[in-house]
Amino acid sequence: METLYLAIPLASLLGAIIAGFFGGQIGRKGAHTVTILGVGTSFVLSLVALNHHVFAGGETYNETVYTWMVVEGLRFEVGFLIDRLTVMMMSVVTGVSLAVHVYTIGYMADDEHNWPKDSKAGKNSYQRFFSYISLFTFSMLMLVMANNFLQLFFGWEAVGLVSYLLIGFWTVRPTAVYANMKAFLVNRVGDFGFILGIAAIVMYTGSLDYQEVFLQGEALSTQTMSIFMNTEWSVVSVICILLFVGAMGKSAQVPLHVWLPDSMEGPTPISALIHAATMVTAGIFMVTRMSPLFEFSDAALSFVMVIGAITAFSMGLIGIVQNDIKRVVAYSTLSQLGYMTVALGASAYSAAVYHLMTHAFFKALLFLAAGSVIIAMHHEQDMRKMGGLKKYMPITYWTSLIGSLALIGFPGFSGFFSKDSIIEAVHNSTIPGHSIAYAAVLGGVFITAFYSFRMFFMVFHGEERMDKHTKEHLHETSWVVTGPLIALAIPSVMIGAMTISSMLFGDYFGTAVFVRESHDALAKVGENFHGVWGFVEHGVFSWPFLLAMAGVLTAWIMYIKQPGMAAAMVNKYSLIRFFHKVLENKYYADDFNDAAFGGGSRGLGKRLWKYGDIAFIDGLLVNGSAKFVGWFSGITRKIQTGLLYHYAFAMIIGVLLLMTFFVIFGNN
Amino acid sequence: MLTVTLSSYLTLGALLFAISVAGIFLNRKNVVILLMCIELMLLAANINFVAFSHYLNDTAGQIFVFFILTVAASEAAIGLAILVVLFRNRHTIDVDQLDEMKG
Repeated sequence: METLYLAIPLASLLGAIIAGFFGGQIGRKGAHTVTILGVGTSFVLSLVALNHHVFAGGETYNETVYTWMVVEGLRFEVGFLIDRLTVMMMSVVTGVSLAVHVYTIGYMADDEHNWPKDSKAGKNSYQRFFSYISLFTFSMLMLVMANNFLQLFFGWEAVGLVSYLLIGFWTVRPTAVYANMKAFLVNRVGDFGFILGIAAIVMYTGSLDYQEVFLQGEALSTQTMSIFMNTEWSVVSVICILLFVGAMGKSAQVPLHVWLPDSMEGPTPISALIHAATMVTAGIFMVTRMSPLFEFSDAALSFVMVIGAITAFSMGLIGIVQNDIKRVVAYSTLSQLGYMTVALGASAYSAAVYHLMTHAFFKALLFLAAGSVIIAMHHEQDMRKMGGLKKYMPITYWTSLIGSLALIGFPGFSGFFSKDSIIEAVHNSTIPGHSIAYAAVLGGVFITAFYSFRMFFMVFHGEERMDKHTKEHLHETSWVVTGPLIALAIPSVMIGAMTISSMLFGDYFGTAVFVRESHDALAKVGENFHGVWGFVEHGVFSWPFLLAMAGVLTAWIMYIKQPGMAAAMVNKYSLIRFFHKVLENKYYADDFNDAAFGGGSRGLGKRLWKYGDIAFIDGLLVNGSAKFVGWFSGITRKIQTGLLYHYAFAMIIGVLLLMTFFVIFGNN
Repeated sequence: MLTVTLSSYLTLGALLFAISVAGIFLNRKNVVILLMCIELMLLAANINFVAFSHYLNDTAGQIFVFFILTVAASEAAIGLAILVVLFRNRHTIDVDQLDEMKG
């Protein structure tokens, strides 16, 4: 199997290298053929691995492939840990990536219009884009397949880099450049915590290898370390919280969420691939992988849960007031990531990963559907200029409906199973903060349903608000766009029901996920689980379903029945107006960051420039030393008369001085 | 009765040395005088050599004097040769006007 595991990431890498370095030679067709072949190979081999582990009962594979170096007993290696968690992630990543690769052929077909005519970067941009998304697949595979923290960090940074390249893909747009810079900087903050966490692990366990570190998880929980003066901190809590700070950056949790909505500046395929389905789930995956550490720290779990709850609730609220179709989906992603994080905090790791999987499909579907709408609307993203698209784009309409129903957790759809089990798990959790989290996720259901169907109604139903020219050209998009939509719609419906009994309440994950008995909220949910149909039946009469239906109904009333109602309410009640304003400004998080961190560092930089650079280095050191030399030589040049007898005299004085010196000090 | 002791010789040497230094320093006119002063300085050193050689009963010092005299002779020859060339080029041997070395 080793060759197979090695081939999975390398196939994608090979595609990326060929399309990236030889894009000019192989042309557009060659580039998308070679990358799709590469990712397709990865996908097929991932399915083989999935089959091997899940159905053929393969043993967990944990081997080192290559030792990079050994420094004082610390081994830096490339190695794979392949168990059921990994194969699931690999299949999801490569599967969604493959769909996105195919979709990109359609989306980027006329990419040259996005570049100025003589732009050098615009040349071969199509090939470059394919190279990047393949490279991303490679990075993500390296991340999930890692068996040590070094490789995890490599993958972690690599996906960050590719995400940077892709968000700012259209380098001629200032907003895109601003967004990718922002994404990169915010991720740096998270990564700083992450690398500190890894450093703490190395310091206390002396190893980078997962297995060795996990074996010491329990021992770490009894140790303490002092950080400030005399305060004692539990080592495992510090490690877990630092690692989670990394996850907060990648998985866009409050307060490091600000980069994700802006990342929608990139082309839509990568919004689907990176910012909905895969990269942002890296944090969720990482915490699940580290469950043998997190389980020993209630403090860290509580922290995780509260952060997740805040994200799930508050980001959903922002989704309500957005008018850009992609931004609504982006805020929905943030909110759903919050759900996953809450599940992690409740020790329901398998529920989180399960939601990750179902979400990957329906969110990629929603993004690609949004992209399809954007293509049909001639790159118009404002929902206020859409409406009534149902009759023009039937395939996009029905697939979006499936995606939206899955997102709001309509019974029977994949999102229902995952979201309901998260809510139930939080309900049964005993971690401090679970009551707030429960309220937040329950309220989140209403909000999710409201913004999802607000978008759905605004785009596909109601009055046709687009201009005449756009309307004339409205038609369903080509098969490379609708094909992936259909391909993703099928799992969005089915995958939840198919896998719930084994993934959540069975022993699918086996030893890959470790849950302490006292934390096992999911097991309590499982006690009441009697098959898929029982779960659906129960779901229909539960609060989440009622709330979701209420959300859909509210959206229907406000945007179909009485379209002017929302605006009227905002005008009439000052409280609503206030909330609307806060939400429209995204809780002023961007303004705060701009003022406090941006302004602060600009101020600091200005001061350093003024006093450190200009006054000290330029003034004192550089010009100062030149001036000193000038002044000193001005004095000494007076000695240089050029007259022979003066030099001779100086020599004699010198001899005298030397002799005096030797006479006085020469004896010892 | 005046006895000639070692210190008398050393005093003579020191005096000669001081005269030659003063000569170098005070002379503003002639480069030839400058060369003469340097010769005098070497002779002052020679007197010291001879005096110590006699006092310590070691002839090595007196042999050294011969070497110094040889070197001084050749140095004087070279110095005068340079002087002649200098005069040909500058038409003066006035020390005050020889300030070409000024930076």
